[in-house]
Amino acid sequence: MSFRNYSIALSIVIALVLQIMPMPAIADLYRPDWVLLVLSYWTLALPNRVNVGVAFFTGLILDILLGTSIGVHSFAMCLCIYVLAANYKRFRNYSVWQQSMIIGIITALYNLVIFWVQHLITDIYFLLDYLWPVLSSMVIWPWLFWLLRKIRRQLRLN
Amino acid sequence: MNLMFSSGPFLPNRLVLSLLLSVALILFDHKLDGFGTTRVYLNSLVSPLQYLANLPGQLLNTSANRFVSHERLFNDNAKLTHDAMVMNGQLQRLIFLQEENDRLRSLLNSPVQDNTRKVVAELMAVDNNPYSHQIVINKGAINGVFEGQPVLDDKGIVGQIMQVSSTNSRVLLIADVTHAIPVRVARNNVRLIVSGSGSLDELLIQHVAHSSALETGDILLSSGLGNIFPEGYPVATIVSIIRDESRPFSQVRAKPIAQLDRLKYLLLLWSERTSEDKQAVKEMIPK
Repeated sequence: MSFRNYSIALSIVIALVLQIMPMPAIADLYRPDWVLLVLSYWTLALPNRVNVGVAFFTGLILDILLGTSIGVHSFAMCLCIYVLAANYKRFRNYSVWQQSMIIGIITALYNLVIFWVQHLITDIYFLLDYLWPVLSSMVIWPWLFWLLRKIRRQLRLN
Repeated sequence: MNLMFSSGPFLPNRLVLSLLLSVALILFDHKLDGFGTTRVYLNSLVSPLQYLANLPGQLLNTSANRFVSHERLFNDNAKLTHDAMVMNGQLQRLIFLQEENDRLRSLLNSPVQDNTRKVVAELMAVDNNPYSHQIVINKGAINGVFEGQPVLDDKGIVGQIMQVSSTNSRVLLIADVTHAIPVRVARNNVRLIVSGSGSLDELLIQHVAHSSALETGDILLSSGLGNIFPEGYPVATIVSIIRDESRPFSQVRAKPIAQLDRLKYLLLLWSERTSEDKQAVKEMIPK
């Protein structure tokens, strides 16, 4: 069944589209890091299929889509997904709310690493507004987790 | 289930490999600018995703257009007719002034100003990358767009083309921290360089001596130095000057004249030395 084989890739593509979808400037500030969230779920659920390698290539696509120097997002993405992939057994046993906290920390790491890399290559300065996605990602995680788990069980992916 | 024995290299090795590769790519892309033409292909490759992301907004727009009231269309039409009338009136003067200007310039033995070809482009997407200000427009290499091409809106300079792909291209806004544009003050021709501040409604002017004759409200026009932007297009107005003698330079802030936060239609400029455009302008005037 082809849909089963491509469902992970499809969910990542949808996350990429959500990540670059034009939004009003006010809502834009609170956009969750969709790609990181979806990759996080698959890393926790199926670490043998999605881990650092997939994160690297998704990060590259994100770099091209966002017009940043190629490698910035893949760097941050690999780092964050590695933390999750290395500890997936522990994180999997947490409740969804505890996971949400972990996701908050991971997203903060992701955003800070991206800021830091960008800071090294251009001279941007830090605004606290850059950390709003952390909060929105934490809020969206339980719903996304529920949705993706439902999809995974329906399609019996493993 | 063989989660314990996944194929491929050991996880930390995989991480180190990916990180090294990322760093190499960053250096290659940023320091050496090594993706010059490849980037066009890469951008074209991912552009379906951009079109897909743009679709909901476009659908909303078209459905909103279908439900425009008759009265509003009528009002718009009246306003546009009025605007066209006023502009055509100004255009009559323009040809006369342009010819006079060319004549005077040739008397002074200075080069005659280039004519420009303009194409209207539409905004496709605004990048949500908070660290840089870029937009994507719906004209690309097949329309003749090139890197470094100036982009305007109906009020002033917006930015320049940063990356071209086949059917769309990316514009770096003047408010981006990495962008700077040479300008002169319209009132007294003082030359300055305006650089972006990272926020859309503020530009910074660096290295301004305390004695320089600037005033708040001065309009800054592009000076044409640097050969990217053509001369004489409005860029910004000065909003504040802090002359603190304890600092080496005065701190000058300016506000972009183009409405960078509500862009919709943009103009792309091609400078040409032919007189075709002048002919086109002449034809536009109703006989």
